[in-house]
Amino acid sequence: MTAAEGRTALSIRGLYKVFGDSDLEGLELSRSGQSKDEVQEATGAVVGLRDITIDIAQGELFVVMGLSGCGKSTLVRCINRLIEPSAGEVWIDDRAITGMADDELRETRRKDLAMVFQHFGLMPHRTVLENVALPLEIGGVARRERRERAVNALELVGLADWIASMPNQLSGGMKQRVGLARGLAMETPILLMDEPFSALDPVIRRDLQDELLALQSSVQKTIVFITHDLNEAVRVGDRIAIMRDGEIVQLGAPNDVVLNPVDAFVREFTQDVRLHGMVTAASIMDSSAEALAGPTEDRYVVREDAVLDELVPAGLSATQPLQVVDDSGNLVGVIPLQRLARAMVSDEAAAAIAAE
Amino acid sequence: MDQQSGRRLLLPLAWLWRLIASPKAGQPLPEHWYVRPLAVLGIMLSFLIAYAVGSDEVPIDVGRDVGNALDDAVDWLTSNVSWFFQSIKDVMTWFLVSLEDMLLWFPWPAFIAMTGLICLLMVSWRMAFGSVAALLVLAVFGLWPATMETVALIIVTVTLSIAIAVPMGIWSSQSDRLDVFLRPILDAMQTMPSFVYLVPVVAFLGLGNVSGVLASLIFAVPPAVRLTNLGIRQLPAETLEAAESFGATQRQMLLKVKIPLAIPTIMAGVNQTTLMALSMVAIASLIGAGGLGLKVYQGLGRIEPGNAFIAGLGIVFLAIIMDRVTQALTRRQQEAVSGD
Repeated sequence: MTAAEGRTALSIRGLYKVFGDSDLEGLELSRSGQSKDEVQEATGAVVGLRDITIDIAQGELFVVMGLSGCGKSTLVRCINRLIEPSAGEVWIDDRAITGMADDELRETRRKDLAMVFQHFGLMPHRTVLENVALPLEIGGVARRERRERAVNALELVGLADWIASMPNQLSGGMKQRVGLARGLAMETPILLMDEPFSALDPVIRRDLQDELLALQSSVQKTIVFITHDLNEAVRVGDRIAIMRDGEIVQLGAPNDVVLNPVDAFVREFTQDVRLHGMVTAASIMDSSAEALAGPTEDRYVVREDAVLDELVPAGLSATQPLQVVDDSGNLVGVIPLQRLARAMVSDEAAAAIAAE
Repeated sequence: MDQQSGRRLLLPLAWLWRLIASPKAGQPLPEHWYVRPLAVLGIMLSFLIAYAVGSDEVPIDVGRDVGNALDDAVDWLTSNVSWFFQSIKDVMTWFLVSLEDMLLWFPWPAFIAMTGLICLLMVSWRMAFGSVAALLVLAVFGLWPATMETVALIIVTVTLSIAIAVPMGIWSSQSDRLDVFLRPILDAMQTMPSFVYLVPVVAFLGLGNVSGVLASLIFAVPPAVRLTNLGIRQLPAETLEAAESFGATQRQMLLKVKIPLAIPTIMAGVNQTTLMALSMVAIASLIGAGGLGLKVYQGLGRIEPGNAFIAGLGIVFLAIIMDRVTQALTRRQQEAVSGD
């Protein structure tokens, strides 16, 4: 999960989207720093996105999270210009998508930007195979090659036995696998996913999240993943951007967002996330000099990236503070048992310790 | 007048003002606040003028002149562009006659059996039985040639209607301007009393089956245009978005996504068109179309209501058979594309 340091594959610079008849006036006001409500009051225009700037690294799974109406779906559609941005730029490598002529944009959509939709967007009159092959057909790929690529993609998502079925014979989870296979078959470096699992049952959703992560570890695509579910965001994301009213309110690694919410709005979300998998030894350890000098438990040494669930067994049989070591085995801090117990009591307490 | 009664006199005026201009308390007047009061004033004034002049007759009447001018225009077209109408008539007559000959060439039991088989395969046992019984009734009532002539008329009318309506519908689904332009024309085609265009049709094409087909076309084309247009416009946004995100051109969108997905609705339009064409059969006989419609017309002319009824029943039988078969076609298409 360290792709964030890699080469930037997708770059969004100062992106605005204002809806409505007086969108230009709205854009001016929004740029001059007025809030979404103020702009709507003054011009009737609705600000969908306000000054969004993100750099997404090659191979990163970047999650955009927010409530409905916050602009996350608008943002992902501005990337492939299904929605035309009002201002700002979107770059893939060294090419600006914004500003491309129609034919160039089509070519970029075919070669660089696959997309997966919440309600799958399958064509009911085509078989599973024909659905997966449709983008290739549109892109002018020869019949044999597109069949080959479609079958490969369907094998990747475990639907090789269903190629001749019609979409209405499949369950929701299987339909979204088809949607995913269709995106993979395009063999684009970038995959846009607009709430891909939101329409599915929780169990199926979890399966597909796991599958996506497994796939991602082998295909290493640059993924922009939209969701309204922070649990999902934390589970799949390398980095998370939290949006509200068309703006990004917090951007960071999952545990950073969960443990250090910037404001009450973000905290509201994070309350529902299970922290045990998120709280690490490093986040609750005491690294002050006097703590390091004090007596410690020799038998129980934990790594700094060990999560709370792993710390608990050690803590239960220890009598002295746990030692926390870094990758090369140096002592970097200790966890007094009282502190560990407090962190175990509740998610809030753990977050409070982490914030200390 | 004391203050009390003065206020009482003003009260209705204040009420009227509030009703007309609906000013909001404590807010400035809306931008076009004067429009509604002016309109009300205009209506009041028109009453006053009518009262002052003492007559409410419209002072001018150009209706007859315009009507006569239109008649002259039709006359001119008939005498000067007749070669055009004649060639249309020749081609269509040839089609109609060949089709009718072909249908009549089929031995009647074979035709009935085939209809039964189609109903059995596409609709149900009951419908197969019913259609065979209905056609047998028509045969033994001596209506077989008339029935075949009507079937030929319907086939030609529906084929032409679809050839015109489906491309029109597709085109108007892609262009809001054409859609807005076509809508009143389609309304007119459906609501204009058919007698109005029977005379000019006869003037251009003379009496006969071709005129009947043309008159039926005017009535039968609109539903197929509307439903094709609607079918394409009402496709789920996400499916279209998906195709767009794959980099589809407008043409690819239309041919690979929109039209295939709209086929169930287009088929519903075909069903409507078939029924509309059938409902015009009797009226078309007024301008020389043959078949069951002519039998109805003759029954009417000879004051033989029984014979008119039997022929009318034949039209109903045909309508039911054609409706059920085209509906089954529509349903099949819908089943093929139901679900997401």
